[in-house]
Amino acid sequence: MDLVPVTHLTAIDYAVMAMYFVFVLGIGFALRRSTKSSSDFFQSGRSLPPWVTGLAFLSANLGAQEVIGMGASGAKYGIATAHFYWIGAIPAMVFVALFMMPFYYGSRARSVPEYLKLRFDEKTRTLNAISFALMTIFSSGISMYAMGKLFNLLLGWSFDVSVLVSAVIVLAYVFAGGLTSAIYNEVLQFFMIAFGFAPLVFLGLKSVGGWAGLTARLTEAAATKGLAPGAYTHAWQGMTSAATNPLGVEWFGLVMGLGFVLSFGYWCTDFLVVQRAMAADSMIAARRTPLIAAVPKMLFPFLVILPGMIALALTGAAGGIIPAKLGANGQPLLDAAGKVVMDFDLATPMLLIKLFPEGMLGLGLTALLASFMSGMAGNVTAFNTVWTYDIYQSHIKKNASDEHYLWMGRAATVGGNLLSIAAAYVAGAFNNIMEVLQLVFAFVNAPLFATFALGMFWKRTTGHGAFWGLASGMSGAMLHHGFTLPNGSVPGIKGGFFGLLHTYPSEMAQTFWTAIVAFMTCVVVSILISLATQPRPDSELKGLVYSLTEKPQDRDIPFFKKPSVFAAAVLAATVLLNIIFL
Amino acid sequence: MSAEGSLDLRLPIGGLFTVLGVMLAGYGLATGSNTEMYAKSAGININLIWGVVMIVTGAIFLMLAKRGAAAK
Repeated sequence: MDLVPVTHLTAIDYAVMAMYFVFVLGIGFALRRSTKSSSDFFQSGRSLPPWVTGLAFLSANLGAQEVIGMGASGAKYGIATAHFYWIGAIPAMVFVALFMMPFYYGSRARSVPEYLKLRFDEKTRTLNAISFALMTIFSSGISMYAMGKLFNLLLGWSFDVSVLVSAVIVLAYVFAGGLTSAIYNEVLQFFMIAFGFAPLVFLGLKSVGGWAGLTARLTEAAATKGLAPGAYTHAWQGMTSAATNPLGVEWFGLVMGLGFVLSFGYWCTDFLVVQRAMAADSMIAARRTPLIAAVPKMLFPFLVILPGMIALALTGAAGGIIPAKLGANGQPLLDAAGKVVMDFDLATPMLLIKLFPEGMLGLGLTALLASFMSGMAGNVTAFNTVWTYDIYQSHIKKNASDEHYLWMGRAATVGGNLLSIAAAYVAGAFNNIMEVLQLVFAFVNAPLFATFALGMFWKRTTGHGAFWGLASGMSGAMLHHGFTLPNGSVPGIKGGFFGLLHTYPSEMAQTFWTAIVAFMTCVVVSILISLATQPRPDSELKGLVYSLTEKPQDRDIPFFKKPSVFAAAVLAATVLLNIIFL
Repeated sequence: MSAEGSLDLRLPIGGLFTVLGVMLAGYGLATGSNTEMYAKSAGININLIWGVVMIVTGAIFLMLAKRGAAAK
């Protein structure tokens, strides 16, 4: 790691960065005194207003993966990347708000695994809690690793120092103020990202000659890659067949795999985001949380995907903003056709360095740093809650005092941070282990939404049905992956390790279909086993199942403030965006 | 934790944005004549412009926080 850094910062940039951290730590310190019970620490005492939980709901997911990854996909696939928002996230966010939040918030469960315990049984909860806890540690480690590597490359910062310093800062404010501190900092980070990236898009569009200039340049770029002229600037062109769009997926796989299974699975069952809504101060606030998050989410493609597209437009055949990917020998990698492979992950950071003068550069890089750190903090707060309530309290020490669980929460925060640092170093040392783990987690997550949907909307679903449905869904995902391969890949981590029955046109298509198979397997097995086992009496399922729960009556709320009206407006705006970028 | 006892989030957001805005706008004023430095940003003094935008945003948050406190 002795590369020459891409740029260096000046005093004003460091001053901007330092000022941000003063406020971050200040928030933790100010909240320390009001964090007295375990409910304060893990659930923010269920006392936060909806605009705060809403922006945190969005921001908890706005880690490195979002900002860097969406820029990379923007450079790779163009505006079609917005499908992750307009087909993926938004419908799922509306669904969780209207149909699932009443059970999460109304059941008074303290975590998503705890809902599974109330609805089904201990074994289903434990399966979910353990896989979720491992996943949070692993994601926060990946986030740290990516940050250390990126800032080493851009600014020449030492990897060890950036990992340790960021871990210490996250530890300090989560330890002091618990979930509230993490949520407050997530909201602060949301505004940093918005205000750091809006001028980037503005300057970027200015230098390519506006949207018209961008379209013209990307039409040229599409031609050199043999794609349809509008491939980068139209979201739905060529979606009837996998061969004619840059994603390599046909519309059915996209809508079902991404739009339905994967996105609903993430936004409706992932405790990391749901925890934010559960911290809201009332049922109506909890239901509004994902809807409030959906409004900026809908517009985020313009902030995070456009920089990647602009970077691509400014990169010609002779090179430009996006650098070449380097092989182990330090030479640029070439693809099968002998063309240089671009390192898309650097599209957004490089554009930032290219367009921002000192001063603004400090703001932009601070926004990037903020997104890495709040990604870590989100994972750490979800981890300490699941560890303390779903693993420690339910299996290790049942009837301890509240003070003891508060203490355990703080201890788990320290432990979670140490484990994340360890995961960051493992990621650096053994790239393959991380890829394998990522794959395993994809299998674990794929069937989750089926279990929750059946549990909430079909009262006949039993604990055994849920548990074995989940387990077989995970196996189904693994089998599907093991018997298929994306075009042009060799058997191994990419699939095909059990044999080869089918070849997909792209990795994305394979991923979406793995999710569809896992979901269907889980549904079928859960239904069959539920029908063969003893259901729980209706009286035990009140508040946990749709048909046995009183519907929220919004009669005394003015028409325009009703969650259902809000949701309809969000969906209409999303349809409109899809039509504009058809 | 009661809502009154804790920190109003609009205060630190407003505070941070105002301080950062003043820093950037001040730096933009001081470097305004340096055309070479702003060649990167398409000839626009983005520090000054964005600094002012951030000051205004920060002030709005501080005002909302003050009104919220007065309403209690």
